[in-house]
Amino acid sequence: MEKTIFHYSSPGRIGASLPVLDVPETAVPVQYKRKDPMGLPEVTEGQAMRHFVRLSTMNFNIEKGLYPLGSCTMKYNPRLHEFLARIEGLAAVHPLSSDSSVQGTLEIMYKLGESLCEITGFEATTLQPAAGAQGEFAGLMLIKKWQEERGEGHRNEVLMPDSAHGTNPATSTLAGLKVISVNSDQHGRVDVEDLRSKAGENTCAFMLTNPNTLGIFESNIEEITKIVHDAGGLNYMDGANMNALLGIARPGDMGFDVCHLNLHKTFSTPHGGGGPGSGVVCCSELLRPFLPASTVEKTEDGYKLRDRMGKSIGRLLAFHGNVGVLYKAYAYIRTLGPKGLREVSEVALINANYMKARIKPYYPVPNDDGPCMHEFVASGSVMADKGVKTLDIAKRLLDYGFHAPTIYFPLIVKEALMIEPTETESLESIDKFIDAMIAIAEEIDLKPHLVTDAPVNTPVLRLDEVKAVKDLCLVEPLGQ
Amino acid sequence: MSTFVPNGKAQREQMLDVIGVERFEYLLSPIPDSVQLKGELDLPLPASELELVKEFKGFAAQNSSADLVCFRGAGAYDHYIPAAIDNILTRSEFFTAYTPYQAEVSQGTLQAIFEYQTMIARLTGCDAANACMYDGSSAVAEAALMAVRATRKKRILVSGALNPRTIDVIHTYMDNGDFEINEVPFGPDGLIDLEATEQLAEGGVAALVLQYPNYFGSIEDVQAAADLVHKHKGLLVVAADPIALGVIEAPGRQGADVVVGEGQPMGVAMSYGGPYVGFMAANSKFLRKMPGRIVGRTEDRAGNTGYVLTLQTREQHIKRAKATSNICSNEALMALANVIYLTLTGETGFTEIAKQCWHKSHYLNSRLLEIDGVTDVFQAPFCREFVVNLPVSAEDAAAYMEKKGYLAGLPIPGLGEGAMMLTATEKRTREEIDSFVDLLKQYIKGAK
Repeated sequence: MEKTIFHYSSPGRIGASLPVLDVPETAVPVQYKRKDPMGLPEVTEGQAMRHFVRLSTMNFNIEKGLYPLGSCTMKYNPRLHEFLARIEGLAAVHPLSSDSSVQGTLEIMYKLGESLCEITGFEATTLQPAAGAQGEFAGLMLIKKWQEERGEGHRNEVLMPDSAHGTNPATSTLAGLKVISVNSDQHGRVDVEDLRSKAGENTCAFMLTNPNTLGIFESNIEEITKIVHDAGGLNYMDGANMNALLGIARPGDMGFDVCHLNLHKTFSTPHGGGGPGSGVVCCSELLRPFLPASTVEKTEDGYKLRDRMGKSIGRLLAFHGNVGVLYKAYAYIRTLGPKGLREVSEVALINANYMKARIKPYYPVPNDDGPCMHEFVASGSVMADKGVKTLDIAKRLLDYGFHAPTIYFPLIVKEALMIEPTETESLESIDKFIDAMIAIAEEIDLKPHLVTDAPVNTPVLRLDEVKAVKDLCLVEPLGQ
Repeated sequence: MSTFVPNGKAQREQMLDVIGVERFEYLLSPIPDSVQLKGELDLPLPASELELVKEFKGFAAQNSSADLVCFRGAGAYDHYIPAAIDNILTRSEFFTAYTPYQAEVSQGTLQAIFEYQTMIARLTGCDAANACMYDGSSAVAEAALMAVRATRKKRILVSGALNPRTIDVIHTYMDNGDFEINEVPFGPDGLIDLEATEQLAEGGVAALVLQYPNYFGSIEDVQAAADLVHKHKGLLVVAADPIALGVIEAPGRQGADVVVGEGQPMGVAMSYGGPYVGFMAANSKFLRKMPGRIVGRTEDRAGNTGYVLTLQTREQHIKRAKATSNICSNEALMALANVIYLTLTGETGFTEIAKQCWHKSHYLNSRLLEIDGVTDVFQAPFCREFVVNLPVSAEDAAAYMEKKGYLAGLPIPGLGEGAMMLTATEKRTREEIDSFVDLLKQYIKGAK
């Protein structure tokens, strides 16, 4: 346990050296002056470093071990790309610089956009969305605007399978659209007949993750996207699972009209403990006129930032997107090239199918219907019958030195364990993880308390989430 | 085999064998042949580390803006970033970690966010803060939506002296037919017109959205605005500059209900506009209406203090279509940069930086006013940023100054051809300010 930084504070200490004021002072009018101190801590740089390094040691991270979070694509984050994004000439540029003075950044942005269009099979792109959910919002708004422009503004329904990510329905609400849930069939794929019966004159868009959240490719994808097109809607692909498809298949070739990509998943930029991400959107020519402000164009006079609004859906952020993240994603694409990108997906598929084959005898995979893509969903329901919940299994994995898989999602699988190894794990580390899963299955039969009491080898024991809500404490009280 | 893929031919064959298939292609069988990509992606061949460093240094060399002496703000500011910040941010433990859903192995991130929430709440004068938003502008839009949820009213008043980019973002988030957004005019002093606001507020509003100091640097009367909007049962949402709060009174102490803002000035690189981080603080009665992640303190099974994500029933992964927002990934690492910045500078240093920004921008202002024909556009007191009217085209002047090595203030054509908005942070020296003013003076003399 580490005390909060406020406990190390003593008046007069400082952790940053400042220049001496070299201009005459101008008095702050008394009526505007801040009256009370801010209550910021006062510590030296050494004390601050010790505190934050101690905190850091309480975190799991990719260098510590396998991070099998399904749909999160926790792959290795190349250090070179981190270094490149921090080169002063790229990091220290004001967002309202003249185009001629930021040609380097604009060139990277332009080339990244072109590369992502090639990877997805689309023609146009916006790099502005800060994260996947904002990309979804941008994508739905593009479709909505297109419907309005062609006089179909009454279309207010978004269809999506019941296995959709939580952000899909939340985004639809934000866009002012109604969610219509489409059933999944027995294998976890979209129930085509249910979709057909629900697509109609109010259909604005269909949102689908492909491969879907069970890690299964929607084999009927051409029929699905055609049903939606015939009903007058457009198809949106949630690209959270794009790590399965690099150089193998492209959303633009499957009948999708627009998709977002999570650069912090597929394109190896770090998750940062929750962000920053980047939710770049790629779309067909049809939707280009409506793209948000801040797109980059190539002209005879060099690269230009198009910041006009026109028919645009508007602006998602003050500026042009998470540019620092874009630099890293471009570096990733340049490092790998076309063969390297396809290899990423091929090995992601092999690793996932290998894990599924070895884990399946212990933890059933309910929707097992041939090969999975880059991830699969196992169920802990057999264990639940023995009094051990999926949450317990997840916590026990922490004791074995692994992060837990994504749990209780998708909602259509009971006691779900969604497992994604990614291509950057070696056979050796994958085997170790599988061994841990098997050992836990044996513990459940022989010594279940080991699992229900877990974790015990972590910086803290299992935490009381109910108390956190009941005795809400969100800030350190003043005086601490 | 690429640098990032450890399983080579031997391992892959071994694994395919366990899977029970002979060839990799069988794993692609669920993908109809008609949608499988024929041939390779049309992308450049891979570059080695050595080549890529060279390529990126070439890009950096094309960014002459990075070498300019910066007097431009308008939402992104050139502050000094202590070296220790990047040292912590680039530790694997922080930057490669996922969202702290598994709390027992994420105490580092969770406690750092708890400390961040504490510092943001204290800085803004509010009861609590969330674990951050995408940027300052999207935070304003989310705060407006939050006011709609809290008041069940559908109309928002937005200050005309709000960053126009933020106004755009509010429209993008809210123009779905459900809401009405009215813009409040500002007067010749540069402050919002409270009489006009009063009239517009008739009939009730969800919120008045104000910037403090406003886009033009003028210091709004937050208390008067709070009293006014509270009378009409609405919330006061204030978009505040965090550095300014080191010298001027916290909005939360003047009646603001929600205080949001852009965290970039606190230890985050300008990086052509992102990644930045929006902060959001509020008074406790609105906490359950807040968007985004929130960290709370609790205990483990042995009674030890620990931290978890809390109030999660507001969020998309639980509430789906009924969530307070669709936000999932946020800007946690930038919030970490903020908390380290606030820790390193601390009470003394942060106040000193805020004061230096105040003094240096006032010194810049007074030196500019010495130039024949240069006048203040607004008369209200300003903090850190201000608008002057040049007797020449502000665009032309800025282009000239760029050739001389300066990123001049931002031309504001809406306020006149000569209008330019400038700032001077603690990084600007007296010598830089004097040289900038002297060069601009010569230019104006020659151009007139």
